[in-house]
Amino acid sequence: METKNIMIVGVGGQGSLLASKLLGHLLMEQGYDVKVSEVHGMSQRGGSVVTYVRYGERVASPIVDRGEADYIVSFELLEAARWLSFLKPDGQIVTSTQQIDPMPVITGAAAYPENLVEKMRAAGARVDALDCLSLAEQAGSSKAVNLVLMGRLSHYFDLPDEAWQRSLEATVPPKFLELNRRAFALGKNAQ
Amino acid sequence: MKQLMLGNAAVARGLYEAGCCVVSSYPGTPSTEITEECAKFDEIYCEWAPNEKVAMETAFGACLAGKRSFCAMKHVGLNVAADPLFTISYTGVNAGMVIGVADDPGMHSSQNEQDSRHYAAAAKLPMLEPSDSAEALEFAKLAYRLSEEFDTPVFLKMCTRVSHSQSIVETSPRAEAPVRPYEKNIAKYVMMPGNAIRRHPVVEERTRRLREWAETAPVNRVEMGDPGLGIITSSTSYQYVREVYGGRCSVLKLGMVHPLPVKLIRDFAAKVDRLVVVEELDPIIENHCRSLGLEVSGKDLLPMEGEFSQALIAAGMGAGTCAGWTIADPIPPRPPVMCAGCPHRGLFYILSKNKCTVLGDIGCYTLGAAAPLSAMEMTACMGASVSGLHGFNKALGAESEHKAVAVIGDSTFMHSGMTGLANIAYNQSNSTVIILDNSITGMTGHQQNPTTGCNIKGEPAGKIDLEALCRSLGFGRVRIVDPYDLKACDAAVREELAADEPSVIISRRPCALLKYVKHSAPLTVDPAKCVGCKSCMKIGCPAISVQDGRARVDGTQCVGCGVCRQLCAVNAFS
Repeated sequence: METKNIMIVGVGGQGSLLASKLLGHLLMEQGYDVKVSEVHGMSQRGGSVVTYVRYGERVASPIVDRGEADYIVSFELLEAARWLSFLKPDGQIVTSTQQIDPMPVITGAAAYPENLVEKMRAAGARVDALDCLSLAEQAGSSKAVNLVLMGRLSHYFDLPDEAWQRSLEATVPPKFLELNRRAFALGKNAQ
Repeated sequence: MKQLMLGNAAVARGLYEAGCCVVSSYPGTPSTEITEECAKFDEIYCEWAPNEKVAMETAFGACLAGKRSFCAMKHVGLNVAADPLFTISYTGVNAGMVIGVADDPGMHSSQNEQDSRHYAAAAKLPMLEPSDSAEALEFAKLAYRLSEEFDTPVFLKMCTRVSHSQSIVETSPRAEAPVRPYEKNIAKYVMMPGNAIRRHPVVEERTRRLREWAETAPVNRVEMGDPGLGIITSSTSYQYVREVYGGRCSVLKLGMVHPLPVKLIRDFAAKVDRLVVVEELDPIIENHCRSLGLEVSGKDLLPMEGEFSQALIAAGMGAGTCAGWTIADPIPPRPPVMCAGCPHRGLFYILSKNKCTVLGDIGCYTLGAAAPLSAMEMTACMGASVSGLHGFNKALGAESEHKAVAVIGDSTFMHSGMTGLANIAYNQSNSTVIILDNSITGMTGHQQNPTTGCNIKGEPAGKIDLEALCRSLGFGRVRIVDPYDLKACDAAVREELAADEPSVIISRRPCALLKYVKHSAPLTVDPAKCVGCKSCMKIGCPAISVQDGRARVDGTQCVGCGVCRQLCAVNAFS
């Protein structure tokens, strides 16, 4: 099988490391070769961050390049747009509609583009946009956006729910397990 | 057991399995997690040293005593440790000693992208370079075997993509390495000229034997495919080459990048039509090939700077690249910023307001250089703020002494700031040094240091008192301020700059991201009171924005530090 590529993008500190950990566990359990590439250090301080997850029979490079992503999972709308050129022509974006102003927008040096979901769709991309922050708060914590997104992403995978639940258990601290299960279900079942 | 493991964790696992007993390091992205992961094994004594030189000398002492040892650092940390490095190459080891060094091509979190392989050649030490986590684990173990067989410290060279990528590894149990009893050997271990003169030929002979080993070592392997194109590569570049070409080229994959083999490379070159070296940063393998008289391409096709990727290599080799979807709107950049509630913010605001000349240092607070604070004018390396300020003031005298300051974090101060402060005390410049004491090593992800009172495991440890230290160096003026209190900061900066003797200001408040730090309730803006003057926007807080002409606080980010409230003339924040 051809190697599949997932990108998880967002703002430093939003919780993408847990999402990549969960996906890594899930895909390895399915018997795939897996590589995950993360960002640590300075960019984590509120900067744009990207994590790559690749899986297949044998994965060589740990990173995803322009035009190669089967899925882009985004914690923030502007970040989805920033990495749009990395999507494959038939790839799928799964994004939270949350907007976080970057410093150039805060200082007035730049504007936050409007109607990004519509513009990305008009460009030809398949975009599944969801208010993940509200769903995470509904689940019990604004920090659970990552699991809402994972629940949403599970729609596009032909894997039984039990497989996702097993990986959830293996990667989430026990005291947050129920919260994260709720967030996952809310993302999965959202209309 | 098979598991998905971060490259740095795989190094730690390899050290553990090889029976490593002592690890001493200074944190630095992308090397930090190696030592953090080592600290999880009870069999390994593990510590954060004040700097890389101390760490390397500690590891050397431990190997001398007869136990396998390790130290880790980032590429620029190796500059700090270069002094012991060049001479322990002469002494050799007793038990095995491995030096982990992690380069940062692309400068994800670094001030330069120097290529550590030069150090292996310059110090005449073998250097292994893994290309994924499985090799990181395996090479860590191999490094100890080489170290003891060839009586040499051995480099294990990582890079950001190998350090911070997870791939599948197979773990084994730990094999204890028997202690090698320490024996007094003045001729081998005391490097005064008479002895060092006799050790240098030993080093040259060792390099010759290592080169011979490299000719047939399994870590240097030929993977023959299409002989039309032959690529010599190592590290993560090997993975990109495999991604681009699969079997449509032949590859000489080098696991040891110093010393480089001769016959192996010549034989490979003879089997292929066209020879290309694919290596990040400097043309070290390429120049070696040229020195052998081989016709080779490399840096004529691929850049000297930045990180490689599969697309970059494909484009450099003449294949097309994919454009991907785009939208017309410009996408504003999202640079890293000081966090909401960062204790550095208030102090930098005061430095900016007083138009101080700020000589900076390495840490989260380097972000003080970013707009809108723009309150830093020089950053070079660990400790350069303090010694740089002394030189600045010696050059300009009173003209700068009442205007310029150095800012340096607590961990960076312990690393390399103390010696600069000693120079100010000794050679008497009227300098004002500000220690930004946030009680942790912040940028690398919260490591303890000699001022925090905790060791690497978070257990109680010795605690160095910064005030007492500065006073004992001869500073009469040492004062502490809370950076959340703008008035107090302003007074401290003005008074210490005006004073006619050197001074130290300790700006003290723990990092807002530390788990034990209790946050206040988020602030809100009363839109009826806010006049839209944007005074609160001068501090560059990511939680504050202006919407419809009025300031607004993002309650999910605000930690209630109250710095913005002190800037508001109409009391709109509550």
